[in-house]
Amino acid sequence: MYIAGGETLFVQHLGITGARTLDYFKKHMTGYRAAQKAAGMTTEAIIDEVKRSWLRGRGGAGFPTGTKWSFVPKTTAQKYLVCNADESEPGTFKDRAIIRNMPHMLVEGMIIAARAIGASRGYIYIRGEYEEEAGILEEALKEARDAGQLGKVDIFVHRGAGAYICGEETGLLNSLEGLRGEPRDKPPFPAVKGAFDGPTVVNNVETLACIPSIIMNGGAWFAGLGRIEKSGGTRLVGVSGQVNRPGLYEIPAGGATIREIIYDICGGIADDRQLRAVIPGGSSTPPLSADEIDVVYDIEPLACAGSMLGSAAMIVVSEDYCLVRLLERIVLFYERESCGQCTPCREGVAWARKILSRIERGTGTDRDISLLLSVADSINGKALCALGDAAALPIMGFVKKFRADFEAHVRGGRCPGA
Amino acid sequence: MARLSEKFHACLHELSGRYPARRALLLPALHMAQKEIGWLPPDVIGEIAAALEIHPAKVVETASFYTMFNLGPVGRHDVRVCTNVSCSLRGAERILEHCERKLGISAGETTADGRITLHDEECLGACGTAPAMSVDGKYHENLDLLEVDRILEGLH
Repeated sequence: MYIAGGETLFVQHLGITGARTLDYFKKHMTGYRAAQKAAGMTTEAIIDEVKRSWLRGRGGAGFPTGTKWSFVPKTTAQKYLVCNADESEPGTFKDRAIIRNMPHMLVEGMIIAARAIGASRGYIYIRGEYEEEAGILEEALKEARDAGQLGKVDIFVHRGAGAYICGEETGLLNSLEGLRGEPRDKPPFPAVKGAFDGPTVVNNVETLACIPSIIMNGGAWFAGLGRIEKSGGTRLVGVSGQVNRPGLYEIPAGGATIREIIYDICGGIADDRQLRAVIPGGSSTPPLSADEIDVVYDIEPLACAGSMLGSAAMIVVSEDYCLVRLLERIVLFYERESCGQCTPCREGVAWARKILSRIERGTGTDRDISLLLSVADSINGKALCALGDAAALPIMGFVKKFRADFEAHVRGGRCPGA
Repeated sequence: MARLSEKFHACLHELSGRYPARRALLLPALHMAQKEIGWLPPDVIGEIAAALEIHPAKVVETASFYTMFNLGPVGRHDVRVCTNVSCSLRGAERILEHCERKLGISAGETTADGRITLHDEECLGACGTAPAMSVDGKYHENLDLLEVDRILEGLH
């Protein structure tokens, strides 16, 4: 772990024995004092504070959290708060660390969020593979309930069972209801009609875990932790792949460039090799080449650079790894995980993977490269949810930035570096 | 004849207060049933359907969507080697090939003695500690071949 300057919310509690207990939470974190403070605030005041904080959703979309909460209609209908702990975007492992090390911070964030939106019931939808983490959450909830901290909100853990698409919020809601995790058509959006037909807010684990410190210290304080406009707080950055020190780091939002993260924080590229590509925010985000890494690592700078921050899951690739093979593996993932509802995604992603397999094996033709781009274009933006786009955007990005690699495979039947 | 324990039905009853709709008990029920039986044979599917008052086809409709639910028999131990990007960048293919060679099966198969089912798994969320695998739901991270040997030899 590394603290890249300034105050941190999370990393100081990683790897500490007992950090997940209520006792530690009371001594070293907000200790449910933020929830008590929120209980004395109006729902509008809580939402305003979160708006002021410039907290933006940490699950991948980066939508301002306070604004999302304000969409919930002020009706008497039963409302729900759902925590999205389905963390499955390849490269992402931050929510697991929060749950393992500071589950009470998440629970306290949920109590406050539930109050803000008027929900008396919350669910933590956690991916099925996180079995141990589901147990940790159950334990923390029991501790909190027994200590009378949950108040009028009841929160339950609901385990998924192996399906990437359940990270998409409407797929998640269907899965919560005992159905196949197929995304729903929108509108209606969950804020109007979500879980069990009630108004619902779905927030990521890290997003909710930021809430107690916002309420404790104020939205302006949180906004001030960020080093750029319109992005508050700190950010957990998961670095994986071919760096010397992969792992979970915390930086002020917008407080470092990709170059600084790779070379100063993570000790550079493994085995003294050269950097080839960076996938900045999880496997669905378009790649950056080695000469594009001076970009500040946050939502808007990365959007300007033609990529996305996503879930702040940076995958670093050295010259040692074939980029055609890498893209084939990414697309295979989306082929396997497509729920199959929409034809462009179900058929298109499978076709794209087959073309990529041909190119990778050296049996592709020149025409295959343009065919691949055409298939990607036929998927992009043409399905109910963004899963198909998650395959199409990397295809377009890799071919655009590393076309010579694809051509070398087609013409020479092998990697240019091999 | 009922195959699921009294404890299963008691737990299901206890969980029913958590949800406003009975169908939402389906994933918890499938998890608990699989924990008891190891997989989800047709009579177990039927028993879950009866408990939730839905058609067995609805149970299969949902269960077949999720990779963790076994609709066919499996080995006593469940070994899942992640081969997604972050693990692959740190040698996951070597780990999977080593498991296949050592167990004499391909990914997706079960050893002849019914000891182990091996899976080529998607991202487990352990990318910063890659390569990783899960064994009976427990994660093993920062793997090397020696560690894999030790883990596999410990499965009986």
